[in-house]
Amino acid sequence: MWIYQKNLEYPVKVCGPNPKLAKVIITQYGGPDGELSASLRYLNQRYSMPTDKARGLLTDIGTEEMGHMEIVATIFYKLTRGVSPQQMEAAGLGGHYAQHNHALFWNDANGVPWIASYVQATGDPITDLTEDMDAEQKARSAYEHLIQLSDDPLVTDVLRFLREREIVHFQRFGETLNDVQGFMNSKKFF
Amino acid sequence: MDNSQENPQAQKVIITACDHNNQLAMLLEIQQLQFIAIELNLYLDTHPDDQQALMSYNSIVPQLKQSIASYEQLYGPLFHFGLSTSQLTWQWINSPWPWDM
Repeated sequence: MWIYQKNLEYPVKVCGPNPKLAKVIITQYGGPDGELSASLRYLNQRYSMPTDKARGLLTDIGTEEMGHMEIVATIFYKLTRGVSPQQMEAAGLGGHYAQHNHALFWNDANGVPWIASYVQATGDPITDLTEDMDAEQKARSAYEHLIQLSDDPLVTDVLRFLREREIVHFQRFGETLNDVQGFMNSKKFF
Repeated sequence: MDNSQENPQAQKVIITACDHNNQLAMLLEIQQLQFIAIELNLYLDTHPDDQQALMSYNSIVPQLKQSIASYEQLYGPLFHFGLSTSQLTWQWINSPWPWDM
């Protein structure tokens, strides 16, 4: 069960319409290292985790990532609100406008739609937690690239928050990986 | 120039803008408290025996509940599905959505 809370985890303000920035930020909505991938990956991997610590952490980070997806969606929504089709096209969002108008969609920065093969669940908790750490680092890199590209200081502030969360998640996944490795070793008899 | 006395509509607009700022400030307090709770929650998932972190987490819970209750009294429910009550008319669909705030 999930309950919706009618506020963002972190407030989102933008300086004004900026479809060019929206075009690149959408990758953290529906790109390979974006928040949809993150939340679905973690929530889906819970079922094959051997410890309650790992199940708990994947539940909680997966839930926080859904909140991050809402933050990224809000950035895109605010940066494209009231932008004309011509301005969308000039910013490289002509294809997006043709298919989705101003609606949100899970694309990467090049308009490639989200696919399930961005995420994996091997059923091997060591492999899956290692993938999760890798995913957090890729998301951190993506946010750093977006910070480099951002010309809106208010958006940059939100991107910095999201970047920091990836670092904390990486840390927590690393601790969980150690814990699960210890648990698995204790189960082996030679 | 204060023209609020000649123009009651202008006064209403000013109050509405002020109220919106107050709403965002109260929401920010909730976001700040909840961020502490989220951060401690994740930490406790991997450090369940850390008594100091647990005490910090437990001390945030009543503060967060109080902030949410104060906010909801003025601006309507933040939660649905039986976790917050509503006045008439059903308030859930009447308060602004997060992306429009």
